[in-house]
Amino acid sequence: MTQIWNIPGGIHPPENKQQSLRAPLGHIDLPAELVLPLNQHLGAPAEPVVAVGDNVKTGQVIAQPGGQFSAAVHASSSGRVIAIEDRPLPHPSGFAGPCIVIAPDGLDTWINLEPCPDYRAQEPVELVQKIRLAGIAGMGGAGFPTAIKLAPKANQPIDTLILNGTECEPYITADDRLMRDRPEQVIEGARLMAYLLGEPDRVVIGIEDNKPEAIAALRAAAEGSPIEIAGFPTKYPSGGEKQLITILTGREVPAGKIPADIGIVVQNVGTAVAAWRAVVRGEPLISRITTVVGEALDVQRNVEVRLGTPVAHVLAAHGFQAAKASRIVLGGPMMGYAIETGDVPVVKTTNCILAPSQQELPAPPPAQACIRCGMCSEACPASLLPQQLYWYARAQDHEKLEAYNLFDCIECGACAYVCPSSIPLVHYYRAAKGDIRQAQVDKEKADRSRERFAFRQERIARQEAEKEAKRAERAKAAAAAKAKMAEKKSNAGTASDPVATAIAKAKAQQASAQQSPVEQRAKLERQLSAAQGRLALAQEKLSQAETEEQAEKCRAAVKTAEIKLTDVQQKLANAKDAPKDDPVAAAIERAKAKLTMSPLEKLNATIATLSERLQKAEAKLAQAQTEQSAHVEALQLGVDKLRAKLNEAQEELASHSPTTADERAPDDAASAAIERAKAKAAARAAMSDTDKLREQVSSLEVRLDKARQKLADAEAEGSPHVDALRTAADKLANKLADTQSRLENA
Amino acid sequence: MALMRISSPHATGPNRTTQVMLTVCLATLPGLMALVWHFGPGPLINVLLASIFALALEALALKLRKRPIGFYLRDGSALVTGILLGLALPPYVPWWLIFVGVFFAIVIAKHLYGGLGYNPFNPAMVGYVVLLISFPLPMTQWVLPAELTQQTPTLIETLLGLAQGTQGLPDGITGATPLDAFRQNTGELVLDVYAQSPVLAAGQWAGAGFEWVNLGFLLGGALLLQQRIFTWHAPVGMLATLLLLSALFYDGGSSNSAGSPWLHLLSGGTMLGAFFIVTDPVTSTTSTKGRLIFGAGVGLLVFCIRTWGNYPDAVAFAVLLMNFAAPFIDYYTTPRTYGHTKPRKATEKSE
Repeated sequence: MTQIWNIPGGIHPPENKQQSLRAPLGHIDLPAELVLPLNQHLGAPAEPVVAVGDNVKTGQVIAQPGGQFSAAVHASSSGRVIAIEDRPLPHPSGFAGPCIVIAPDGLDTWINLEPCPDYRAQEPVELVQKIRLAGIAGMGGAGFPTAIKLAPKANQPIDTLILNGTECEPYITADDRLMRDRPEQVIEGARLMAYLLGEPDRVVIGIEDNKPEAIAALRAAAEGSPIEIAGFPTKYPSGGEKQLITILTGREVPAGKIPADIGIVVQNVGTAVAAWRAVVRGEPLISRITTVVGEALDVQRNVEVRLGTPVAHVLAAHGFQAAKASRIVLGGPMMGYAIETGDVPVVKTTNCILAPSQQELPAPPPAQACIRCGMCSEACPASLLPQQLYWYARAQDHEKLEAYNLFDCIECGACAYVCPSSIPLVHYYRAAKGDIRQAQVDKEKADRSRERFAFRQERIARQEAEKEAKRAERAKAAAAAKAKMAEKKSNAGTASDPVATAIAKAKAQQASAQQSPVEQRAKLERQLSAAQGRLALAQEKLSQAETEEQAEKCRAAVKTAEIKLTDVQQKLANAKDAPKDDPVAAAIERAKAKLTMSPLEKLNATIATLSERLQKAEAKLAQAQTEQSAHVEALQLGVDKLRAKLNEAQEELASHSPTTADERAPDDAASAAIERAKAKAAARAAMSDTDKLREQVSSLEVRLDKARQKLADAEAEGSPHVDALRTAADKLANKLADTQSRLENA
Repeated sequence: MALMRISSPHATGPNRTTQVMLTVCLATLPGLMALVWHFGPGPLINVLLASIFALALEALALKLRKRPIGFYLRDGSALVTGILLGLALPPYVPWWLIFVGVFFAIVIAKHLYGGLGYNPFNPAMVGYVVLLISFPLPMTQWVLPAELTQQTPTLIETLLGLAQGTQGLPDGITGATPLDAFRQNTGELVLDVYAQSPVLAAGQWAGAGFEWVNLGFLLGGALLLQQRIFTWHAPVGMLATLLLLSALFYDGGSSNSAGSPWLHLLSGGTMLGAFFIVTDPVTSTTSTKGRLIFGAGVGLLVFCIRTWGNYPDAVAFAVLLMNFAAPFIDYYTTPRTYGHTKPRKATEKSE
């Protein structure tokens, strides 16, 4: 006795299997059109190898497998191809898809078959290819191409072959009929598949115990062979592949894996028979047993239907009363799908055509609130929590749905069946799965776009950086060139630009001022000692002087030295008191004071100075006139000039009426001075060297005159500064002579 | 051929929510009959009045929420809430007390949270606890069972009681419940308590009347279990825990004893709670393992509050506290899904 494991959950809906088992297996006439979809299986659609208008024979290949994961399609009766076009497909979506349409000629002329009774003489690989070309696909409902399951990978050693005769869905009896009527073919099919899979340790046919006739028939047929016939308690959904594996082996297919990964292959009994017929008799898959059942029919039974026969034709052959029917379902009441039109054909996976009456399968009542009663989780064969999945499916919480293992849901419908609030739970799960798959596709798409975008951004940034680098280089070169130019200009400018010179001087002064006080003091002390030395020398000379004239000179030198000495001493004292005295800052202060003065005040100040100077000059002039000095004329000129200046200033003051004075913007004295200096510089630059020298000469002459005048005055007055004045006048005379000689040389 | 396209499954089970609710209502009948037998028509009036208030307030709430009134009234959940609250209330309370309780149960605890299926707390227990805390006096005055008083209040007296509570009843008709009697025990042996307390002395195991009421609810619960309205996990979890703890602390009946297992199982709201309150699916946990834990938690809390707390009975408090814990329990009791080696935590992200 085979050990049977229990599975969690499950339900016991009314079986409704007797209706279709009362009558023997029937046959119906060929329809006017056979519609053969190119995709009756999972995977890639087959590719047509016939054209419209071709005559085909029964069993002739009309479409080749479109790749490894595909199955061929054959003409299910002889006739003419009248169309290759889109027709409504037997699919939950109700979409149309490519179909080959054959108008049968009614003769049903077969192609020449190539039987192979002794298949053990051939390699399994060749036989699998034969099965593939015979178009065999899983006949339990999913339509998985059989050849693929029969050729497991090398790393998947198969130890158990299970033939699925469970047929747990209510109403469906196609497999039951097959097992009862052709038990020897089922056993042969099992033997063939065991040979193809390398003779696994265990070959077991699993059947629910509500089919005792089938179990008995198979037991009889399997007599003497190692094939186990395992009957187990009826419970929906025991026929699910994963559930059946657990029931018969106690093993579980890990999530995300396939049975072959744990050494198990499960095949439907109908598929096994089809494979055996394909290998041994050479018959391709052109017909199948389908249960036609429901209270909207006069006749309920199993029929052998040619693939491609429209459902409406099958129904019509069984006395279908459209008025009575609540819907037409392909497949069972638990996992089948309702179709909208009877034009869809019977295909390789069509195990049942269910035409229930309104009383049999009434329209679902409106859904009530979920009361979390938990009956769904008790019924779930995958031990999920359907009420939580429902909750999160409604909230579209994809993360939670995946955390609650939505993708382990096999959509068996047990939860929705038991739901007291008749909530269409499976519908929610299907929609949620679709959403999640779509979201994943979208996410991949978005990821790719994001990558592309990031790459583009990077590329743009790189190009931008390169451009920027080039720009910076150019800018650097330009700046260098500019700096060179500026250097040249400033070099040229220093010679002629008194402003720049003045600034440089001021800076130099500042720099000297910035010398540390210690250094300054040391400098001053050095100067002091030098001055003392000079004074001593001058006094010695004075004492040695022989003539009056020499003595006079020496006295002047002593006097100068004394002055210098006092000066240096004074400075030294200042330096000691205020070592941080800043001449630049002082100049700035003065300039600021000047700037803050109103123009009126400035004018007044100027006038005051001028009148003072004028008075002095007039006094000098008067003195010169009384002494009849040679300088009277020069003095007169100076006085005149001063007067003119004074007049000018006074005029300006007059023009500064109180009203206008305020209105006028304060003159920028500094900028005006700079302007003047610039003008002077420009004028000087315009002058030739000779002109410059000439001007220098004239100015020196004037200064010499003035100095001599002063000296004369001093002598006349007996001033103590006479010596100093004389030295200055001598110096000026020397300088004048020097300049004059340069002028002559120029 | 124009056909309907309906998603699978096309077959639906015979189970209907309305049917579930009505079965629950019917299952309360043995308990209610015991109540009426021992305490007079008061409990029946309580149940009727609470049911009427519940349906009316449910209709009002649905109208305010713009929901189809007839459709939702027919699910019977409001009726169940009303009946359960009516059964939990002491007999002969004023009518407005019932109204306040039902108002809190239906409007506050249920509809403010989104209606049936969305309420985190058991509505009937919310109503009961609100009344117990707000109106402790009328809520703790139980009439004595008929065995003791040799009379039950007449229908007239009952209707008078609706206006003024137990004050309208004959003198000496109210008294301590078995759990009250036991709480007031100050250092007497259990045997002495039983001898001295009239209600305990007149009873077989857990006080006259009360034990039969509990047995009535036990019978109703067994019926529901047999009808597969709920699974055994939560009630068994609660009763087993209560039995275990009371047996552990019984210590042969010393003055420190917390009462015999019989007293705990067959007095107060134990059986009503175990089969009609703890089994409320909406506010309970989802997995069977979770329900076992949920029930055990209720049993534990009931015993703790009865023994060391301030209230003589504790089912309502225990249930509400475990309602709080239900989502937490769910977190850690997700079943192992087919093909997975171990159960996933609900917080775990998919890989």
